[in-house]
Formats: sequence, C-alpha cells, structure tokens
Amino acid sequence: MKTLQVLETAYRATVEEQDDTIVWLSHAIRAAGGELGLLLTGNAVCYAVTEQSAPALTLGSWTQSHAANLGADVAALAAKGVPVYAVEEDLEERGLLDARLLEALTVVPQAQLPRLFEEYPRVWKW
Amino acid sequence: MTTTLTFAIMDAPFENSRTVTMFRIMEAALEAGHDVNVFAYEGAVALPFARQAPHANAVHGRDTAAENHPLPRVWIEALFALAAARGRKLDWVNCGLCVDERGVGEAIAGVRRGTPVDFWKMSVDSGNTLTAGTR
Repeated sequence: MKTLQVLETAYRATVEEQDDTIVWLSHAIRAAGGELGLLLTGNAVCYAVTEQSAPALTLGSWTQSHAANLGADVAALAAKGVPVYAVEEDLEERGLLDARLLEALTVVPQAQLPRLFEEYPRVWKW
Repeated sequence: MTTTLTFAIMDAPFENSRTVTMFRIMEAALEAGHDVNVFAYEGAVALPFARQAPHANAVHGRDTAAENHPLPRVWIEALFALAAARGRKLDWVNCGLCVDERGVGEAIAGVRRGTPVDFWKMSVDSGNTLTAGTR
C-alpha cells in the first residue's frame, strides 16, 4: 500500500540519533518492502540540500564518530526507489531554490499537493 | 463492523498534550468496538515504563495519595483493561532500539518489543493509521 511520509519537523534529535528518525523509519520500512514516498515540507526541505554537513559533536573528551548526514540519507532513500518531493514555496522562502538539491528531487507547488496526495492511499504527517 | 486502527506516537511522557489526545482517541476507538494497534517510537517508548512513580506535590499542598498524580503507564493499563472488557484487541509495540537507548526495557504487562517493520505490517492490516510526531 503506497504511503506518503510528510516530513515537516527537521533536525529532530539528529545529533543523538545520527540520522533523522523519520528518514530512518522510512529506510526500515522500505527494506521490508514498503512502498513509500517522502514529501519534505517546512524546515525539512533543507534535507534536499546535498552539500550540507554537521560537524561531529565533541563534549569534553568525548567525540562523536558518525555525525548525521541528512542529505546523503535522503539521497540513499531515493536510490532505493522512494520518490522524494519538496514543497516549492518552502524551498523558495528559505532561499534554497537555487541551491544544489537532490538530483532525484521533485519540486511540487503547494497548489499541486492535493494531486500528489491522491496518488497515495495513506498520508502520514510527521 | 470492527476495524483495526493503528496509531504511531513519538512524544516522551510528561512532555506534550498530544499524547493525552492520542490516548483519548484510542479509548474512543475501543469503546466504539474497534481493535487498536500502537507503535511507540522514540521517546514514546517510555510511556509504559513500569517504574514510573507518583509523587506528592507541595505546591498543591497534597501528599502522594491525595495528589494521585497521573502516570502514563497507568493510563495504558486502563486502555488494556478497557480492551479486555470490550472483547477488543490492544496491541502495543515498543520500538526495541528506542527502548535500548533509553534504558526503559522494564515495561508494563502487555507491551511487546518490535521494530518499524511491525509498524508497517500493523498499518497494512489496518483500516487506517494516525501518526503524531514529536514537533
């Protein structure tokens, strides 16, 4: 059953988890054969920017081994056959329309969202 | 006609009213004769943590018994009891990795450990799924 993951809350616990929890969940479901799409909205459109990186956290003598790489994680999801969409107006108001974005990204104007939702029997908002 | 409904929740206990709202929807679903699946993800896996304890409240001027502080694990026990009384099924799955990283493996009876695949399977077999992510 096709399910659209609508992701709005961005960088939620990405330091502790070393990933985005919903992108990770999507990877796990896809690996189990789930048919998903991922729609990035609000601040989560930043995940479509390919050239982003978070430095590994250091606290005292402790250093993180693997910082989250959201751009790569979303690209990997796309490579597994998950269509990735981003809301055009949310990209525009963050000045990201001209940024280097995920190659497989489909930019969707707000007015076309209902048509996108119709393609998916289930829509989950996160 | 009985429908199975699946809920995915993420908020940790004592942090957000979304959790209470979801519990109320689950209760209404059980009362209406539906089966309920719950997938607790991230902080929500602490909702059925067995060691939650009530406390007194000096600001309220009440001791522990009088304060009768709400505990999510007790609410979940009440939902399990309601499901049993109505002859319905409540299946609560805690994300196992989320449990491990928080050290909250000691859950109340009825809660089982699972993975996102359990969530996907529950959803596929359900009439509908409602998600409530942490914001």
